Amino acid sequence: MKKPLAILAFCCALLLSSFIARPTADGYQVGDKATDFKLKNVDGKLVSLADNKAAKGYIVVFTCNTCPYAKAYESRIVALHHKYAPQGYPVVAINPNDPAVVPGDSYAAMQTKKYAFPYLQDESQQVAKAYGATRTPQLYVLTRQGSDLIVSYTGAIDDNSEDAKLVKTKYAENALTEILAGKPVSVSATKAIGCTIKWKRA
Amino acid sequence: MLKLKAFFFSGAVLLAAPSQAQHVAVIKFPELQKRLAQPTDTTYVVNFWATWCGPCVKELPNFEQVRSAYANQKVKVLLVSLDYASQLDKKIKPFIKQRKLQSEVVLLNEPDPNTWLGKIDPKWTGSIPFTLIVNNQRRQHATFEQELSTAELTAALQKFL
Repeated sequence: MKKPLAILAFCCALLLSSFIARPTADGYQVGDKATDFKLKNVDGKLVSLADNKAAKGYIVVFTCNTCPYAKAYESRIVALHHKYAPQGYPVVAINPNDPAVVPGDSYAAMQTKKYAFPYLQDESQQVAKAYGATRTPQLYVLTRQGSDLIVSYTGAIDDNSEDAKLVKTKYAENALTEILAGKPVSVSATKAIGCTIKWKRA
Repeated sequence: MLKLKAFFFSGAVLLAAPSQAQHVAVIKFPELQKRLAQPTDTTYVVNFWATWCGPCVKELPNFEQVRSAYANQKVKVLLVSLDYASQLDKKIKPFIKQRKLQSEVVLLNEPDPNTWLGKIDPKWTGSIPFTLIVNNQRRQHATFEQELSTAELTAALQKFL
């Protein structure tokens, strides 16, 4: 008798806490409109999402040079771009880390990467904050609806960070497959472990 | 007197440490869940960390401090490593030995965080360090998706005692 009650109470508390958290939760949830930005690419040019008129949407990835998880996913992010850019969903990578905290994420260090997609420095960290990004890597799939870009998927790339060969579920690709087929995304938010974004010290 | 006891206790533990290499259990999520669901009056301080996570490594001594400060109360510090299980002998064990960690360390061997993160806390977005303080008998729990100082950790824990 006591145990189920305790479990019930715990569940209620959990439910309640998630309800309370919702309205105050920072950042984008699936269905939210993503605002555009203007960030400096590794080639020195400023990049906005509005620049690419042909894009049906974007795969926005907050990532960095230094996090072991970001490194583990680097080649998979490149592969996502090669697979989906021709279908209208190019990758835009954003590094939100403060180089004063992690020197390995400096603009110069970012320039050693030669990606086929923009690799932008979020110097003010305002974009990461607007998106509600907390870690690297963290992925958002945006789809164009009229003049808006809507968050259609957020979360993990797949279900095995250590070994791409052991991946069973490709969360991001599954979402993109559904988006490209004009279907609603069945698993639109997933959770993944990553490195905490290195925020500027106050 | 209490302080003196704690002093001797920690001294004894420290002396015992070199001969007693810590065992790290590699567990799956249901095992962790079962452990955290026990109807006990012990307050669990559960810290999710990894050797590759800078802020986690930085705050570990705070958990060690709390462990020894509350050694004679019903407080249990559990350090849940999210390192890859394949790195156990190469990274985690040497790390524990080098840092002389006294708190219990388990390695959570679950490749897909999406299957379990939300069961610890629906609000947890997936960044670490992450800390859960739970007392099942008092039906009390608190979570922190941030680095905690010893003072912050102690203040949070005091609400459970």
